Amino acid sequence: MSDNMTRTATIAVLVENEAGILARVVGLFSGRGYNIESLTVAAVDEEKRLSRITVVTTGTDMVIEQIKAQLDRLVPVHRVSDLSQEGPHLVRELALIKVIGKGDHRVEALRLADAFRARVVDATTESFVFEMTGAGEKIDAFCTLMRPLGLAEISRTGAVAIARGTSHIAA
Amino acid sequence: MSAAITSSTATTDQRPGAEVVLRALKDQGVEVIFGYPGGAVLPIYDALFQQNAIRHILVRHEQAAVHAAEGYARSTGKVGVVLVTSGPGATNAVTGLVDALMDSIPVVCLTGQVPTHLIGNDAFQEADTTGITRPATKHNYLVKRSDDLAKTVHEAFYVARSGRPGPVVIDLPKDILIKPAPYVAAPTTEHRSYRPVTAPDPARIQEAVRLLKRSERPVIYTGGGVINAGPEASRLLAEFVHLTGMPCTNTLMGLGAFPASDPQFLGMLGMHGTYEANLAMHGCDVMLNVGARFDDRITGRLDAFSPNSKKIHADIDPSSINKNVEVQVPIIGDARQVLAALIECWKQDPTPVAKTEQLAWWKLIDEWREKKCLAYVQEGSIIKPQHAVRRLYELTRETGRDTFISTEVGQHQMWAAQYFGFEKPNRWMTSGGLGTMGYGLPAAMGVQIAHPDALCIDIAGEASILMNIQEMGTLAQYRLPVKVFILNNEYMGMVRQWQELLHGSRYSESYSEALPDFVKLADAFHAKGLRATSADQLDDVIKEMLAHPGPVIADICVAKDENCFPMIPSGAAHNEMIMGPDQEQNARSVTDEGKVLV
Ligand SMILES: Cc1cc2nc3c(=O)[nH]c(=O)nc-3n(C[C@H](O)[C@H](O)[C@H](O)COP(=O)(O)OP(=O)(O)OC[C@H]3O[C@@H](n4cnc5c(N)ncnc54)[C@H](O)[C@@H]3O)c2cc1C
Ligand SMILES: Cc1ncc(C[n+]2csc(CCOP(=O)(O)OP(=O)(O)O)c2C)c(N)n1
Ligand SMILES: [Mg+2]
Repeated sequence: MSDNMTRTATIAVLVENEAGILARVVGLFSGRGYNIESLTVAAVDEEKRLSRITVVTTGTDMVIEQIKAQLDRLVPVHRVSDLSQEGPHLVRELALIKVIGKGDHRVEALRLADAFRARVVDATTESFVFEMTGAGEKIDAFCTLMRPLGLAEISRTGAVAIARGTSHIAA
Repeated sequence: MSAAITSSTATTDQRPGAEVVLRALKDQGVEVIFGYPGGAVLPIYDALFQQNAIRHILVRHEQAAVHAAEGYARSTGKVGVVLVTSGPGATNAVTGLVDALMDSIPVVCLTGQVPTHLIGNDAFQEADTTGITRPATKHNYLVKRSDDLAKTVHEAFYVARSGRPGPVVIDLPKDILIKPAPYVAAPTTEHRSYRPVTAPDPARIQEAVRLLKRSERPVIYTGGGVINAGPEASRLLAEFVHLTGMPCTNTLMGLGAFPASDPQFLGMLGMHGTYEANLAMHGCDVMLNVGARFDDRITGRLDAFSPNSKKIHADIDPSSINKNVEVQVPIIGDARQVLAALIECWKQDPTPVAKTEQLAWWKLIDEWREKKCLAYVQEGSIIKPQHAVRRLYELTRETGRDTFISTEVGQHQMWAAQYFGFEKPNRWMTSGGLGTMGYGLPAAMGVQIAHPDALCIDIAGEASILMNIQEMGTLAQYRLPVKVFILNNEYMGMVRQWQELLHGSRYSESYSEALPDFVKLADAFHAKGLRATSADQLDDVIKEMLAHPGPVIADICVAKDENCFPMIPSGAAHNEMIMGPDQEQNARSVTDEGKVLV
């Protein structure tokens, strides 16, 4: 085990959909000084009252093992799965990106959006809102390109992730 | 209560929430609650008034209620129960909750809350109790629906006592306590999400046994987890230690899990542990940890901790494993089951034991023992605190009574751990993880409630005892014959010791100025007050204390400048231990890196 090498982990946490669960998870990270690069949460099964949290974090292997063990000991947690360790998986993020500009900048923005497969979901004569899904790096790259073209505002969901193939997480 | 609320949900088999709570407690086997009333919990107090199954002990401060419940729990293996009101009642309980969390003590704490429709309005005596206690508990609940009430109480007990035990809060809005609620029995099905693993993986057990059999310098290091696993685990521990012939050391929290008088016992390890225990940890080639958590009081400087050993760690909580120290053989399971499996496997496994090498290891250990690191000289009239504890131990043993010791926090706590021998589990209550001054008296109170005929002694410091001294009133009310044995050095001795060793003897604010007269204080609380000021009075005072049928405060005026040794200064390694006053200069070389450590 290389002690001081940090890595990024994408962890899926299946939890009871109940009041306070998000506070427990966030409190765990802040209380124990773990990083949160992104965290997303939504109900995934109304009937079984389950929500899924996807948290992207960084740390040494020992810290990431600790994070998983700490998450797993929360009473309302059903499953903790380190997708980044458990084989091929998909990570996606959705972003809404507002670009304000005129003339050539507008044309260039549209052209690039097309290349990145970003959709125009709102437009005025002076602005666009692009919707884009993809890996975080792709969104980063797109935003960098938009900056000189009038990037005004970004709203991102943070990562959601799932394993490829038949392997799956159930309560 | 308004008729509208009652009639809308009432059916024949529903009872007011408060009664449902008590019924659930009763079904969970609760006999005693430690509590303090207030507006938000009046419905529960009203229900308590009208029944006889559950006894309520009225403490004098909510923090003490939790410590009393901890003492009760630790000495019985049952869940301790606390009842406090909303707002200040709940916030006063927080220190006790964190204490129970750090030391893995099962406690269920019921807190009153403002009615559901007022939550969030800064109502009178409202506090965000679930928010405040989230990091202070193993788990907590806010009951917002009457239908969830009974189920939540049952679940809280399950969570508190199963897996790694801990404190659980149930926040109860007043309307929920008044409105009728249905009763449901404790579920027989598994919990939806919380299912701790208790049975160890046989492959790991075998790996551990083979490592241990081949080991030339083994050591068994056990902790509070063995106590948590029940007295049978302690019995199995002794069996395993005897079967293997290996040396055994206990943490502060584990004292009593292995008999102190056993020749294979090395004493406590860690910051104030024995020379032989710490050197055995440092020099071993295989370490078996059962139910201990590699706390920083044990490891000292991490990169120098037992540098040449393979480590086996058995713990019920996967998060304890590889947290501070990397181990080669992790075993997840309950200590009782792990020890039973180890014994079984040891008997079957054909791997030969490295007997000759282990004998040589014992010879080395015996040489370390020859250092007699706990020796002290009692001469002259000034009472040495070590001697006071030793005499207390010997004289209580002469009584033949079942004896339970609690402590406050400081030097006296360490001397109690070093000089009072524990032969059985559940007889030793101390605040290890949080180190809460004020723990000992209420804890002893809780123990005495559970064991009315036993001898319960709080070994205290003069500073700590003042932190929950009001509980003398509780002792008087319930005629609890707890003995408070104060090692009065007129200093916050542990603070003074660090200041002497690490801060150039600048005794900043550590003198216990303006102390009360403890004999008169005892008198004011309807207890007996005794004092020993010279060595020749010590035995008589102890005997009189032990013979007295009621509560006693014994003010033992001891040497003011005694330090607690051995000591591994913060940031040092196990083999850099300070053995006594003549090596104190070693501490002066502690670097700032060491000083930042607590
Ligand atoms: C002033 C002061 C000085 C101190 N000096 C020392 C010292 O010199 N030496 C010392 O030892 N301590 C000392 N302590 C105490 C120290 O801070 C820790 O509280 C203590 O060392 C922890 O003990 P433990 O490792 O046995 O763990 P505990 O806190 O008792 O934890 C128990 C472990 O066992 C596990 N467990 C629980 N239930 C089970 C089960 N059923 N089966 C298996 N595993 C289970 C838990 O998950 C946990 O990992 C001191 C404290 C104070 C206040
Ligand atoms: C609530 C709390 N506050 C502060 C401390 C820090 N502290 C640890 S030991 C100690 C001194 C205890 O003095 P005393 O009770 O007289 O015991 P002694 O060390 O003299 O035996 C203090 C202040 C603590 N452990 N708990
Ligand atoms: Mg003192």
